[in-house]
Amino acid sequence: MNPLIELPLWAAWLVVALALCGGLLALTGSIGLVVLKRFYERVHAPTLGATLGMTLIVLASMVFWSLSEGRFALRDLLIGVFLTVTTPVTLILLARAAAYRDRIEGDAQVPPE
Amino acid sequence: MIRAVLPHPLLAAGLFATWLLLNGPLSAGDMVVAFLVALIIPQVMRQLEPDRSGVRSPGAILRLASYVAVDVVRSNYAVAAIIMGRRRHIRRSGFIHVPLDLRNRYGLAVLAIILTSTPGTLWVQYDRATGSLLLHVLDLIEEGEWIDLIKGRYERLLLEIFP
Repeated sequence: MNPLIELPLWAAWLVVALALCGGLLALTGSIGLVVLKRFYERVHAPTLGATLGMTLIVLASMVFWSLSEGRFALRDLLIGVFLTVTTPVTLILLARAAAYRDRIEGDAQVPPE
Repeated sequence: MIRAVLPHPLLAAGLFATWLLLNGPLSAGDMVVAFLVALIIPQVMRQLEPDRSGVRSPGAILRLASYVAVDVVRSNYAVAAIIMGRRRHIRRSGFIHVPLDLRNRYGLAVLAIILTSTPGTLWVQYDRATGSLLLHVLDLIEEGEWIDLIKGRYERLLLEIFP
């Protein structure tokens, strides 16, 4: 059974619109991974999905569960909080590793330590 | 006395809220467990000896949050436009050094989160000895503009929040 059918039409549209916009942003970020040329440029792209894209998808999920359960379902807020707090750790780790390697290889575009 | 029971009040409040959010509808049993979690886990944290956070100035927190919310949307749009190839000028990406006055660890952590959450800026490396932050910017038009933006818009407020 499809729970979206039980929602009022406007709510179903809202949920779909939010999830779709979030998904499109994440897709744009993934395309960026292919389109951009250098490593340091590529790292910027997936943050689209991890920031605004994630926010929109979490919003869609919160609206959906709140309306279908008839109470404020705020649990998905935690996904947003933990993703926001942990993404920088991964990105900084990647950036530092890349900078370390490029310096050893003598890449002139990376500033020295 | 209060310090012995609640060494990190903000952490305890955060754990309490997290536990309740994870467990769905409010019930008396969950409240009791959440209370215990909020009391016990900060005692474990005490062994790690984290610095005290000492957050100040709720007004500055709200202002910073609103700035960040606007900047996240704006920079998401800007980076999406770059990826889709809709830019009016020739784009140049590169590294910049930002001299930071902020020394508080929690303040720096929040700044790292903000800079990462706004696509287009990437935190590469921070040197604690000189206070210099190496940043990679995807659309680097004017180096001075970026430094002014980070120092004037974020760092000033963070210095108020984490004195």
